Amino acid sequence: MISFKDLKKAFLVALWFIFLTFPIMVIKVNPFERTIAWRWHNMFYVAAGSFILYLIGRLFLINKAAQQERMKKQGIKSVPKTDWQQRLLTEPRLFIPTLGIMLVILLVFPHVLSTYQVNIMITALMYIVLGLGLNIVVGVAGLLDLGYVAFYAVGAYSYALLHLHFGLGFWTVLPLGGMLAASFGILLGFPVLRLRGDYLAIVTLGFGEIIRLILENWNDFSHGPSGISNIPRPGFFGMEMTLDQSIMYLYYLMIGMVIFTIFVVNRLQNSRIGRAWFALREDEIACQAMGIDKTKTKLTAFALGAFWAGMVGVIFAAKTTFVNPASFTFLESAIILCIVVLGGMGSIIGVIIAALVLMLLPEYLRAFSDYRMLVFGGTLVVMMVFRPQGIISTVRRTYTLEKKPTIT
Amino acid sequence: MTTDTPILEIKGLTMNFGGIRALDNLDLQIRKGEIVALIGPNGAGKTTFFNCLTGIYKPSAGELLLTPPGQTTRRLNGLKPNRVTQQGLARTFQNIRLFPNMTVLENVMIGRHCRTRAKVLGAIFRNKKTVQEEKEIVALAFKILEKIGLADMVNEFAKNLPYGAQRRLEIARALATEPNILLLDEPAAGMNPQETAELDNLITEIRDDGLSILLIEHDMKLVMSLSDHIFVVDYGKKIAEGSPDQIRNNPAVIKAYLGEDV
Repeated sequence: MISFKDLKKAFLVALWFIFLTFPIMVIKVNPFERTIAWRWHNMFYVAAGSFILYLIGRLFLINKAAQQERMKKQGIKSVPKTDWQQRLLTEPRLFIPTLGIMLVILLVFPHVLSTYQVNIMITALMYIVLGLGLNIVVGVAGLLDLGYVAFYAVGAYSYALLHLHFGLGFWTVLPLGGMLAASFGILLGFPVLRLRGDYLAIVTLGFGEIIRLILENWNDFSHGPSGISNIPRPGFFGMEMTLDQSIMYLYYLMIGMVIFTIFVVNRLQNSRIGRAWFALREDEIACQAMGIDKTKTKLTAFALGAFWAGMVGVIFAAKTTFVNPASFTFLESAIILCIVVLGGMGSIIGVIIAALVLMLLPEYLRAFSDYRMLVFGGTLVVMMVFRPQGIISTVRRTYTLEKKPTIT
Repeated sequence: MTTDTPILEIKGLTMNFGGIRALDNLDLQIRKGEIVALIGPNGAGKTTFFNCLTGIYKPSAGELLLTPPGQTTRRLNGLKPNRVTQQGLARTFQNIRLFPNMTVLENVMIGRHCRTRAKVLGAIFRNKKTVQEEKEIVALAFKILEKIGLADMVNEFAKNLPYGAQRRLEIARALATEPNILLLDEPAAGMNPQETAELDNLITEIRDDGLSILLIEHDMKLVMSLSDHIFVVDYGKKIAEGSPDQIRNNPAVIKAYLGEDV
């Protein structure tokens, strides 16, 4: 149970939060009337809130520790890993109906809700694909890439420019944009082959900024900060569509894209190449000593990761019908990275959930207006403290000794 | 079992780290089906020798010549580690380097990487060839794990294995690359006497399958019982070589280990 020490600690935590939030929660300066309002009651709320929350968190941890202690006493070595999410993912009896319900909801979604909601959902779906792409590089192959948005930009600009100069349509550019981004991935991959961890992160960060700065400053090529407008929305066999219809069309297109991505990424991860990526993440030297070509493995990871960003970039350009460099700042890279880390490195379902949460949460938190980003940041911190392995920790494929291996 | 052409011949291997000469003009031969031990005090350069041989370091001078049975001689100098493994040299590490967050079976399956060739498109479309190859990888990995005695923990994470099992898993992973020569870097380190005895049997079994084994080891009992031939190094120089009996009574070896004349 909670000891006196915990109470003391909670008290200190409350004091610390009072100190931290004092300027924004307590003092309110009114520059017109030149008065300062001291909202002492807010200070009380902050103190009480943090005090109680700390104690609840503490209680939670104590319970967990006690539970583990009990397990140890009973001689159970490893905790059986059948919590609800593992079961949901592994048992077809639960898995298939859940998937079915989700699919129905997704399909009906745009007919029930407003265009505004559909637009938000399209963005979220785009971030799912981006997250899954970056997941290959960061989550699976363990190469920390902070410049992922560069490939997104390459895709978006390839549609904008190819349409502007050559009049190419959406469906032609979609694979082209992906491939262009993939070749940029290889371009980035070559100089960073020998780098790891922090150093790699810095170089990729630089790469992302270089692409953005080129787009911003090379006016003849990219039309500079004013961007390129009048990019056509994706067509459907030359059909004329109203704005609402074309957004709905884009929504279904994104659903298809997400399913396609999940399919491909899942197969890649469960293949010889996927295993090599995982091994590369785990131990680079052992990986080489086992006969894996480090160069090739890293480059395929960069290329296949960038490919998705390029495709989504094309869709992004088609959705907004306008691109400019301001859409491709470091913040975008950081958000996509957040999705991967929060979802759980290497876990496809985790990334999907994280993308939905991270994209939809700020939208639906608009009710809290000013505190929206505060709540958002707080959620991230709490999540990482209590579940550092992400929403869904990686589940490895299991095999049984039969004539053919079964996937569970 | 032994034939006359050495499967691996090392001539004048020298490795400098700046001004320090870690290996000095080392010669060594291994024949097919032979267990050769490399011993020496701590810091003598044994692991450096392994790293030079497997391409992790680039040797400053010397020749590394591999002659797989029934094939022509080839140089291993300057090859990348993965190419060396492909040529038929597989190794384990002194401080275990498994892939901790992968299952036991996957660890072994990684070893098959250099003997298989499924590409990206194969992985996506899962054509017949890829599926077949994947099946073979799984089957072979199971076979090796059974032999090593880890068949009942195939789906455990490698990091959750007990220490001795981790050491054996490293050997299993190396065997999956179908090596001609197996390089074991202190496989018995930290093992209890029973585990060491099991290891002794395992290494003999592997040798009986026709592999050559180069062993770095501090456990003298194990070295003496297993080895056909022993090389002793100290300060990067070879100070003695010969059969276990010759080494046991070699004054230079005793001096290197105990530090004075006897």
